[in-house]
Amino acid sequence: MNRHDLKTIIYAEKAKEQNNKQKHKLCVCCGAGCISSGSEDVLKKLQEEVKHRGLESEIDIIPTGCMGPCNQGPLIKCLPEYAVYQKVDCSNISRIVQSQLIDKKPIEDLLLFADSRPKPFIDAQEDPYFKKQMKIALRNCGHLNPEKIEDYLVHDGYKAYDKVLFEMSPEDVIAEIKQSRIRGRGGAGFPTGFKWETVYKYVSKQKYVICNGDEGDPGAFMDRSVLEGNPHRVLEGMAIAGYAVGASKGYAYIRGEYPLAIKRFELAIKQAKKLGLLGTNILGSEFSFDVEVRIGAGAFVCGEETALIASIEGKRGTPKPRPPYPAESGLWGKPTLINNVETLAAISPIINNGGEWYSEIGTAKSAGTKVFALAGKINNAGLIEVPMGTTLREIIYDIGGGIQGGGEFKAAQTGGPSGGCIPAAHLDVKMDYESLTSLGSIMGSGGLIVMDQSSDMVDVARYFMEFCMDESCGKCVPCRVGTKMMHDLLQKICDNKATALDLERLQELAVYVKEASLCGLGGSAPNPLLSTLRHFREEYENRIIHPEVKSKTDLQPTT
Amino acid sequence: MTAHTQHQTQEKELSKTDPRVKLIAAKMKKENYKPDALIEILHTAQNSYGHLPMNVLKYISKELHLPPSRVFSTVSFYHFFSLKSKGEHTCLVCTGTACYVKGAQQILNEVERVFNLKPGQVSADNKLGVQVARCIGACGLAPAVIINDEVQAKADSDAIIAKLKSKMETV
Repeated sequence: MNRHDLKTIIYAEKAKEQNNKQKHKLCVCCGAGCISSGSEDVLKKLQEEVKHRGLESEIDIIPTGCMGPCNQGPLIKCLPEYAVYQKVDCSNISRIVQSQLIDKKPIEDLLLFADSRPKPFIDAQEDPYFKKQMKIALRNCGHLNPEKIEDYLVHDGYKAYDKVLFEMSPEDVIAEIKQSRIRGRGGAGFPTGFKWETVYKYVSKQKYVICNGDEGDPGAFMDRSVLEGNPHRVLEGMAIAGYAVGASKGYAYIRGEYPLAIKRFELAIKQAKKLGLLGTNILGSEFSFDVEVRIGAGAFVCGEETALIASIEGKRGTPKPRPPYPAESGLWGKPTLINNVETLAAISPIINNGGEWYSEIGTAKSAGTKVFALAGKINNAGLIEVPMGTTLREIIYDIGGGIQGGGEFKAAQTGGPSGGCIPAAHLDVKMDYESLTSLGSIMGSGGLIVMDQSSDMVDVARYFMEFCMDESCGKCVPCRVGTKMMHDLLQKICDNKATALDLERLQELAVYVKEASLCGLGGSAPNPLLSTLRHFREEYENRIIHPEVKSKTDLQPTT
Repeated sequence: MTAHTQHQTQEKELSKTDPRVKLIAAKMKKENYKPDALIEILHTAQNSYGHLPMNVLKYISKELHLPPSRVFSTVSFYHFFSLKSKGEHTCLVCTGTACYVKGAQQILNEVERVFNLKPGQVSADNKLGVQVARCIGACGLAPAVIINDEVQAKADSDAIIAKLKSKMETV
């Protein structure tokens, strides 16, 4: 297939879409969250209901990816009105079809947030939950059928890819990405454009692009939702990256815990191959690119790039010292570009709208938007995307709907086991890379766990240390032994058996582990401890017995 | 005695006509017997057996020309792979941060109290296995428990116990 053939297909699909404009669309959320709440049964029942009423020619039913408010699921969105129904079960489908589609009267008590707002919004886009958000990486996630490439093509899918292949040189693409100022969304926030440029500059016959979908942070499900809701977007991003850096092969490393994401991504690859969007001489150009899925086998450390590479090579996922960086010597010793799922999902809009457009969103040092996975003691748990620089207060109260059960906000945990806590005093912090770092936390991949007064911060630190201890690959001593020792000390504090000396030793150890570990896992393992110590020190001190014991000489055996 | 029989079954020669062996053989052929496809092949093997018996690992190591130690060390490194049977029915409790904040531990305690099984253990009759996961990514629905591949959203311990009991009775 060449470029012309693809345009013909897109044209035909768009014409079909135009003809269907009068049709009502019922989007049923089939993201992992809603499926767990029973949306597949809802979808089946809805199809039966529409068929039974003979409305098939007037109503399109679309199974879509994640819409956001996961704990209100299963969700149905009616377009063009944009009425969203929450907690739909098979018993009220008939009522929704009758009222919404035939009588044109929305059922207020079933609308989204009907139970938490004085009056729900009939057009959900007016609700602060959606109004405060800005969807770029998640755009179209809740609108299109992730299992149909045609749906993606109609929504300007592969348009950026086509533009890149025929109108831009690799240098142009890199310049555009650099101008957008996008930074890696996996957590560390390295400027993506520079990474691409570095890989581009190494001369090699073979280069690789890797999509890092090993979302290991507990409490994070952004990558999962993007891969499940719009897999083609990620694939397009990978192919554009391949073109820009000169790679001909891509690997998507996806967690084994995400079977649906794996299934949909593999399907997307198959569909793209069929249309000639992957393969040799793509659309008649000089560029050849192929993508394979690699399934992760459950090791948190494999989110670290060198460990991930080892895992793709079929080995134990242990990290290597850097340099050499993967950009120079990565997969099988070849220059390799590794980007996070969310970063790759933002590539095609940047190419379509220009780097300047993207760079104007967000703050001076952190451009664009960020997807957060809101969870914990919050009313509207789910997936959100906001411009960088949105305050934590806006996220928790305007979008998140406040603390569950009317409790009091105590802290928000970001960055998972590598991050830290933000206490109530800093509710007005702007969510961007620098502000979070200055508070001793990190942006991380985007997990945001809200805690109320019932959460014990020492136990939270112990929980994360247990996680790091368990997930340490064991290669370097500071991490392997240090996390174990810190965990035992934290356990001692939790059991009310620790002395002031233990607390001192704990802080000392934290510095050693942070400084001496080989990779990011150990290097950031003390973060949850240090940040809870910084903001909630009294919780530690309250549990210390013998506060007067301050040094080793005080510790004389009593017998 | 149980340990002895288990040892014997694990060491039993693989039958080439076993459909599960055929699946693994086909996967290895598809991957061109490349050692770097080891993890992919182990996924296939675990999907068909439910766990990774020792004789299967030996078979894979022979076919890929890899030392058995390399195969074993890879298997033992990753949480996903299991050398032991996980039980006919499985109860996997997510202990990710969101689930932890919302009381996953209470569910685990209750499961342990009722069935006398700690995470990683399988009941003597192989009916039920209890596991924990670091995060299954269903944080919006915390606490989450997976019973036989089916996610139980916003789980509470009584409902989980009841569900497990009914599953164990049906077969």
